[in-house]
Amino acid sequence: MKFIPNTEPERAEMLDAIGVKSVADLFEVVPESVRFPKLNLPEPLSEMEIMAELTAMSDRNADTFHYSAFIGAGAYNHFQPSIVGQMISRNEFYTAYTPYQPEVSQGTLQAIFEYQTMVSDLLAMDVVNASHYDGATALAEAAIMAYQVSRGKRKKVLVLPSVKPNYRKVMRTYTQGLPVEITGDENPNTDLAALTAMLDSDTACLVVQSPNFFGELEDLRGLADTVHAAGALLVVHTDPHALGLFTPPGEYGADIVTAEGHALGNSLNYGGPYLGIFATTQKLVRKMPGRVVGQTVDTNGKRGFVLTLSTREQHIRREKATSNICSNQGLNALAAAVYLATMGKHGMRRVAELSYHKAHYAAAEIDKLPGYQLLTTKPFFKEFVIQCPKPVAEINTALLAKNIIGGYDLSQRYPERANQMLVAVTEMNTRRQIDEFVAALKEVA
Amino acid sequence: MNVDQNAKYMESHEWARKDGDLIVVGISDHAQDSLSDIVYVELPAVGDTVTKGDVFGVVESVKAASDLYAPMSGEVVEVNESLEDTPEVINSDPFGAGWMIKIAPSNPAEWDELLTPDAYAAANA
Amino acid sequence: MLYEPLLFEISKPGRVGVALPDLDVPESPLPTEFLRTEEPNLPELSELDVARHFVRLSQKNYSVDSVFYPLGSCTMKYNPKVNEAAAAKPKFTATHPLQPEETVQGNLQLMFELQEMLKEISGFDGVSLQPAAGAHGEFSGVLTMRAYHLSRGDTKRTKMLIPDSAHGTNPASSAMSGFTVQEIPSDDRGNIDLDALKAACDDTVVGLMITNPNTLGMFEEHVEEVVKTVHDCGGLVYGDGANLNALMGIVRPGDLGFDVMHFNLHKTFSTPHGGGGPGSGPIGVSEALAPFMPGPIVAKDGEMYKLVTPEHSVGSVKAFYGNFGVMVRAYTYIRMMGADGLRAVSENAVLNANYMRVKLQDAYHVPFNRICMHEFVAEGDIIEGIHTMDIAKRLIDYGYHPPTVYFPLIVHEALMIEPTETESKETMDGFIDALHKIAEEAKTNPDLLHSAPHTTELGRLDEVQAARHPVLKYLG
Repeated sequence: MKFIPNTEPERAEMLDAIGVKSVADLFEVVPESVRFPKLNLPEPLSEMEIMAELTAMSDRNADTFHYSAFIGAGAYNHFQPSIVGQMISRNEFYTAYTPYQPEVSQGTLQAIFEYQTMVSDLLAMDVVNASHYDGATALAEAAIMAYQVSRGKRKKVLVLPSVKPNYRKVMRTYTQGLPVEITGDENPNTDLAALTAMLDSDTACLVVQSPNFFGELEDLRGLADTVHAAGALLVVHTDPHALGLFTPPGEYGADIVTAEGHALGNSLNYGGPYLGIFATTQKLVRKMPGRVVGQTVDTNGKRGFVLTLSTREQHIRREKATSNICSNQGLNALAAAVYLATMGKHGMRRVAELSYHKAHYAAAEIDKLPGYQLLTTKPFFKEFVIQCPKPVAEINTALLAKNIIGGYDLSQRYPERANQMLVAVTEMNTRRQIDEFVAALKEVA
Repeated sequence: MNVDQNAKYMESHEWARKDGDLIVVGISDHAQDSLSDIVYVELPAVGDTVTKGDVFGVVESVKAASDLYAPMSGEVVEVNESLEDTPEVINSDPFGAGWMIKIAPSNPAEWDELLTPDAYAAANA
Repeated sequence: MLYEPLLFEISKPGRVGVALPDLDVPESPLPTEFLRTEEPNLPELSELDVARHFVRLSQKNYSVDSVFYPLGSCTMKYNPKVNEAAAAKPKFTATHPLQPEETVQGNLQLMFELQEMLKEISGFDGVSLQPAAGAHGEFSGVLTMRAYHLSRGDTKRTKMLIPDSAHGTNPASSAMSGFTVQEIPSDDRGNIDLDALKAACDDTVVGLMITNPNTLGMFEEHVEEVVKTVHDCGGLVYGDGANLNALMGIVRPGDLGFDVMHFNLHKTFSTPHGGGGPGSGPIGVSEALAPFMPGPIVAKDGEMYKLVTPEHSVGSVKAFYGNFGVMVRAYTYIRMMGADGLRAVSENAVLNANYMRVKLQDAYHVPFNRICMHEFVAEGDIIEGIHTMDIAKRLIDYGYHPPTVYFPLIVHEALMIEPTETESKETMDGFIDALHKIAEEAKTNPDLLHSAPHTTELGRLDEVQAARHPVLKYLG
C-alpha cells in the first residue's frame, strides 16, 4: 500500500505481539452501529494520474507568469529569487516540526532568530515574533493585545477606514466574543485627524495602515505622542517592501507593528500560506502573542537558540494565555529570511525604488487617458486609485482577453467608489507591460 | 523547607510580615522551590489597590506561571524594582531580598486570618 | 558539525546576492519627508554565502526525512513528494487571491472537492477551509458555536467544558471567544469522568471540547453517553481533530453526534509541518451550524465554482480563503489514497502504536494501559533520579527525534509516542531497542543520560537564562 510500508507477515507478527487476532479487534471500543463506515470517495489514483489531473485543473487558472498583473490590494507580485524555493525545499527544514528539542532544531531556531533580527531592523522595532497566520490575523491580535495591555480597562479600538477592509473584517471576527469595540471606520471619509479626535480614556489603541489600502503614505509624524497622551497604544500596519525607501513605523514611535510578509520570497498562492509579521517594543514583550526565539548558551557556554518566554503561551497558561496561537508560519518565515539575506540592504532599496518609479510612471500615463483620472493626490508607494469611464468589472473582463489581470474593483468593498480601480505596480511589471496595460485601458474605455 | 517565624502565610504560599505600619509580601521558600528557577515576576504599580485573596501579580519559571494572591487588602506603597533584573533572588532569598510589594493595609484585622508559621509548615509538611 | 555564524557575522559591505533589472521608466521625484534616513541593517552577502549558510543550518535539524520522529499528537508521518510537486505548479502558486473568479476556476474546483471529501471522511454537513491551523480552527469552531446559541436567543451560555487532558489551545480558544472554562477530570481508564461531566452540565454550558481519541491515545469508552449528556443540557460537542489519523474509515465524528470539529491537514493528510507551520485547520460542522461558519467557502453553481459567505457567518478568520498551498497537498494525498487507503492509514497507525506500547510497557510504565489508538503515553521516570527529559535527550544520541514530553499534563513525566502508519516494523524495533538500552543505561550509567545529548553540536541549552534576560535579535 502506498506510503504504508508494513507487509502482511509483519502485520501478523505485530498483531500477535499485541495479543489480538485481527486489526478490527483494535477498534472494539468504537460504537458498533457507526464503526467502519463505507466512505464514498473517488477511486484512488496513481502519481501519474493525479499529476495529470492537477495539471488539467490548474490549466483552468490565469496566472501571473502568463498574464501581466496589476492587482494588489493586500497581496503583491514581487520577485522571488530562485534560491528561496531551493532553500525552503531542504527536507531538513520542511519536514521538521516546531523546535521543541533545541539540540536537534538549531537550524530552524537560528533561521527564525535571523528572521526576527532582519524584520526588526526593517521595521525599526525592538522585537519581532516568529510570525502569525497572515497580516490580518496579526493585526487582529495586535488589537487584542492592546486591550490586554490595559488589563481589560480600555475597550475601544480606533481604526481608520483606509485600513484594508478584509483586515477590519477579521478584526471584528476575532473580537466578537470580547468586550472590545472596533470603531472609527464607519464613515469612509474619516481621516487621521478625525480619528485622533476620537481618542479617549476608553481607547486601547489607534490602528493606522501606511501605505494605506489605497496606496498612500499616511503622515505619522507626531501621531504616537498624541496617542500616548491619551494613554493608548499606536498600532501601525505596513508593507515591508515600502520600508526599503520609507520611514519605518518604529521611528514614528509605534507600539505594535504588523505587516503581511508573503511577498518576502513567498508566492501569491491564491491567498495562503502567507506570513503575518508582528513586532512590538521591549516594554510590551511579555504581553506579545506568538512564539519567539531567543539566544542562550549550552552547557559548555556555546551560543545557541531556544523558544523562549513560553509562559505567555497557551500550552502553559491555557485560558490565561496572551493568545490561543500555537504554531507559526515557520516555512514562510524561513522564506522571508532567505529572501532578506539574498536581497540585502541594497536589494530591498532597489525593489522599492523600481516599484515606486514604475507605479508613478503608470499612474501618470493612465491620468493622460481620456475618460480616466488619477484620484490619488497624496504621496504613494506602488498602488494608486484611478477613476474609470465604466464599471471596473467590465474593464477587467476586456483586459483578460488581452492577457492582462486588471486592478482591484474598489466598489466591491466601498460602494461609494463606483468605477474606481486600485492599481498595483511592482518591479515585476516591465515598461512594455505597463504600456500595453495603458493602451488596453484606452481601447476598452 | 524554611519558614520565616516572623511572617504569616496564605495557603497559596504568599507570606506577609509586619514592617511598622506596612505589610511586606513575598512567596515562601516552599513556593520558590516548587517553581524552580524564577525568570520573571509581574508586580502591580505603586498606588494600585489590592484586595485580600485577589491576584496582584504573576511569578514565572520557564515552564510555569503562578498567580500571586494578596494576603491583605490595601494600597501598594512600594514595589521591589530590583526583581525586574534579578528575579533569581526570589529563589536565593525568598523571605529577604526576594520580597515583592509593601502594602498599607486598609483592614489590619485581616492579619489575624492568615496562617501562623506552624500551621503553614504543618500544611506543607 | 561546523559552527555556523549568524548572517550578520559573515556580511561584507558591498557584496550583492541578487541581480535586479535596470529602471526602464523615467524616475519620479521621491517625497523627501517620508524617506528613510537610516538604511536597515540587512546583511550583504553573495548568493553562495546565503546558500551555504542555510544548507548548513538545515543540517542541524532532525526531520521526518532524516530520522524517526514519533512526536505524540503531531502525526509526523511521511510527506509524499508528489504533494510538493503538485503544490509547486506555477498555475497554482502564481494566482492572486482577488483575481476574477472565472480566472481561478481550477483553484476553486480543488477547494470545492476538498470540502466535499472532508465532509465525507468526517460525516459533517459543512466545511470551511479558511482556518490556517488547528488552534485557528478551534477558535473558528468555538465562535461558530457561540453564534449558533446567540441566534436562538440563548444568551446565558458562557461556560466551556474541557477535559484535563486537553491541549492548551482548547481553553485559550474558548477564552478568546469570551467564555470561561471549567475543567472536567479524567477517570482512571483515561475517559472523561462521566459523573463530573453530568454535574457540570447546565443551561450555561456552551459545549464540551473533546479530543477523541484523547491525548492519552484513548478512545472515549462512553462517547455516546458523553455526547448525549452535553446535548441534553443544550450544549454542543466540539471535536478537536488533532487525532483524526486514528479514525479515517473507522468512525466518522459526525456520526457520533459531534457538532463541529477541526481537521489538521498537516497531520492527518500528510502535508509537511514546515518547522512549525504553515498548517491548515479547516472546520466541519453539522447542518444546524453550517450557516454560521467563517468564510468565504466555495459553492458550485452549474459548471461554475464561486466564493460564497455562509448566511449568518461569524465573519472571516483570515484575509483570504485559507492556506491554499496546503490544501493542494491534502487534496493530492486524499485522491491518491481513496477510501480503502485512508482506512488502511488509520488501521496501520493504530496497529503500530499498539505494537510499540506492548513492546515498551515492561520497561516504561504506561499509566493508562489498554488498547490505544494512534498513540500512547508512557512515563520516563523509570528509576530514582532519571527524568523524562534525560530519556528524551539520550534518544537523540541514538539518532531519534524524542517523543512529545511532559504532555499531557495529567501524566507525571509523560512520554507521548505516536509512530504513524508510515513507519516500518524495523524502524520501530530500532527505536524500541534504543529505549530498552537507555533503560539499562539508566541503571548502569545514569550520568550518560543526565549529560545527554552527546552527538549534537550543542549540549542542553540554558532556557532559564533565555527567559530571564531575553535576547530576541542579534545585537551586534
